Amino acid sequence: MSTQIKAQAEPQTLRVRSGDVELAVKVYGDTKQPAKQPVIVLVHGYPDSNHVWNKVVGPLSARYRVVAYDVRGAGESTVPAHTAAYELEHLVADLAAVVDAVSPEQPIHLVAHDWGSIQSWEAVSTERLKGRIASYTSISGPSLDHAGYWVMQRLRSAAPGDIAKVANQLMHSWYIGAFHLPLAAPLAWKLGLDQLWPKLLERFEGIRAESTPTQTSDGRHGVNLYRANVAKRLLSPRERRTSVPVQLVVPTRDRFVSLELLDGLDQWVDQMWRRDVAAGHWLQLSHPELVVRYVSEFVDFIEGGEEPASLHRARVRSGRKPGNDKYAGKLAIVTGGGSGIGRETLLALAEQGAEVVAADIDLAAAQRSAELAELLGATAHARKVDVGDAKAMESFAAWVAKELGAPDIVVNNAGIGMAGNFLDTSTADWEKILHVNLWGVIHGSRLFGKQMVAAGKSGHIVNVASALAFAPSRMLAAYATSKAAVAMLSDCLRAELADQGIRVISVCPGVIDTPITGNTRFVGVSEEEQTRRRDGAKKLYQRRNLKPQAVSAAILKAIDNNRQEVLVGSEAHGARLLSRLSPALSRRLARMELSF
Amino acid sequence: MNKATNKGWDPTIADLDGFREAQKLAYRCAEAIADELTPGMTEREAAALMQRWLTANGANDCFHQPFAWFGDRTAFRGFIGFRHFGGFNPAFYPGSRKLEENMPYILDCAPTLNGYTADIGYSGCIGENRILDKLMDDLLEYRLLILDQVRQRKQLSEISQAVDRLCARHGYEPRHKAYPFQVLAHRVEKLEADEKKHRSVLNFGVRNIGKLVSDVAKGRREGWSPLWSSGHASDHAPTPGLWAVEPHLGFRGVGAKWEELLVVTEEDAFWLDDDVPQVRRWASRGLEPLAKAA
Repeated sequence: MSTQIKAQAEPQTLRVRSGDVELAVKVYGDTKQPAKQPVIVLVHGYPDSNHVWNKVVGPLSARYRVVAYDVRGAGESTVPAHTAAYELEHLVADLAAVVDAVSPEQPIHLVAHDWGSIQSWEAVSTERLKGRIASYTSISGPSLDHAGYWVMQRLRSAAPGDIAKVANQLMHSWYIGAFHLPLAAPLAWKLGLDQLWPKLLERFEGIRAESTPTQTSDGRHGVNLYRANVAKRLLSPRERRTSVPVQLVVPTRDRFVSLELLDGLDQWVDQMWRRDVAAGHWLQLSHPELVVRYVSEFVDFIEGGEEPASLHRARVRSGRKPGNDKYAGKLAIVTGGGSGIGRETLLALAEQGAEVVAADIDLAAAQRSAELAELLGATAHARKVDVGDAKAMESFAAWVAKELGAPDIVVNNAGIGMAGNFLDTSTADWEKILHVNLWGVIHGSRLFGKQMVAAGKSGHIVNVASALAFAPSRMLAAYATSKAAVAMLSDCLRAELADQGIRVISVCPGVIDTPITGNTRFVGVSEEEQTRRRDGAKKLYQRRNLKPQAVSAAILKAIDNNRQEVLVGSEAHGARLLSRLSPALSRRLARMELSF
Repeated sequence: MNKATNKGWDPTIADLDGFREAQKLAYRCAEAIADELTPGMTEREAAALMQRWLTANGANDCFHQPFAWFGDRTAFRGFIGFRHFGGFNPAFYPGSRKLEENMPYILDCAPTLNGYTADIGYSGCIGENRILDKLMDDLLEYRLLILDQVRQRKQLSEISQAVDRLCARHGYEPRHKAYPFQVLAHRVEKLEADEKKHRSVLNFGVRNIGKLVSDVAKGRREGWSPLWSSGHASDHAPTPGLWAVEPHLGFRGVGAKWEELLVVTEEDAFWLDDDVPQVRRWASRGLEPLAKAA
């Protein structure tokens, strides 16, 4: 840590000339052995200056030479008077001047945000910096030319859905129109928007940022970026292709750039990676550690290192079978993934492009599921885990974090069956069923929930409960209790994680024909009677003939449609209805002794 | 020379040779037509080619006329997977599905040659299909399991349930459950040898089905069933005679099967012929437990 803080504390400052402007450049990191470290150049957006990178330069400069500069019109750099001086070609020339000054030989890694990203698209897709940029990480700023084509293609298609997407983006871009009004924006900055700005950021984006000394000037003059470029490029876009590897880091709650704008981007870019983060526009302020990780992973890979699993998953592959990649780039973990509902859910996710991890107490069964998932074209892993064992789950979660990165979908499915009277259920029986059915869900939700929050994943936690969660029965006290607990846990967790964009789904299947029936323990009866009842139950379940596939299909539908609870089977719907319309009748029915 | 027993008969060496010839003919037919399959061909066309080939090569009767299934119909997806009319589903019949590259197919024929009837199933595809390859590899385990358990004289229903469990472990659907009466296997009997061409009704050979029906009646009296399934009717030790065993696996939209005659005697059991395409395929792929199968 000490090196990081030191590196951050003492940047070397340079003034770099580009035509008739002078750019303020800060260089962080070990300047004595510059050749040994990859060089990262950070380009800020509007209405910011190089300070916007303050939270990331420290950690990054521990391993790289990090260069942050003020673009023309911002911070300590020259402020040209004419709007025309803000055209993209001048901005690219500025970047080239900085690159020439700080890394005359070694190609640099570009990381850019907002307007910085817009101008960097121009830099990676035009001749001036050809061969000088090794990689490009773009945060929240599309190429104006790509956007121009994007709008044209969608308007030409005349499909209502496409037109709606354009309208949506226009609504995200209201401020661009406002910036074209003479005087308005500069006046606003002069009249105190600069003082208000940190408060606005905190209020709307949830970010704490210090007001910078040049905020007023940055806000006033940066408006020229829009005036000089937006209309021109959107109305007559040029083809902008690049062979520079591009990593898109996409804040999915960006108020200023709609996600649809990125559709079809792969037509312009040879090699592309994409990482979504459930966050607002200023990612380097809200999630600096994520930005550092994503940039480091990408830079290291481009520099010849290994491609970590999470980066590999983030690769945008064009040419997959269309309609078969709904979960491409997503990591899904399924506990109890070796059989029944777990295996089917795992396969259904794998079939749609997800990378999957089958966790099961039966390793061979998990491996078999993984093998089947691979047959469906997915990357798959199998791990032996006792979900109720805190230590085992912690080490499993740590393995996932290290090897694969945080998951997008977690299906806490592992469960065991138990039937019989409450008074016949021993402490050991209770411990056994709660160990798997409840503790398994607690550990899975807790450990992976934390990982998802930290990684800004707007993913899904799917907890498999049961229709018995709301249908009491004297015959199934332990099982129904464990499942009711899962349902309540899910309801509470859903509320807690809603702000993070993580959805929690409780699944309540009815009578599903899975291997669980063959392993259900019947308490308070002899071995022989247990076998007889198991066979009886199995027959009943087979006659009902509701397959695990029905549950997996319902789970996927719930994920796609952001449902909170799914019921599978008419008996589940019936029980739910009864528990609401007439709880008394539901409780009366609970007294019925079912004989298998 | 047939030794009549209360449950069936012990076939003579000559009889076994006759059945083996019929089975070889059936597999030769499947292989010949598989070579002729081209993208764009329909199931009906493939089945007709098989029928013509069999007739031209001496078959004058059948258990059933040739079937051909293409694409997801090999896994009995859709209408074909429903059980209607007491287990008899007309969607079984070859249809107008066209063969495409990398699409799985199954050819199934059951010719009678000189009074001896075989019933075989043959899976393949033009091109490549990883799922089909895996299914066909895994089908080896079923051949080992079934023979092993028959030799242990386990009840036929129990063996069929063991097959169901193996399917569950593998993650496959036991698609033979979509066959009439959900059979894993059925009996075939020796018929009178003659030169006449015999009739089929609804694509099933009248003489063979007649034999099966009389087996059903006889089995009812004696406590066994010529239709081997997981149900109670098969709660009996393996009955001596010839059984056409046909495990049929499905995974997603891909199905695969083999079908061979199993010879069950009073004390033992063996596959009628080990020189069949699926065994040759397993051997050529170096699959491990094959040594045990011999």
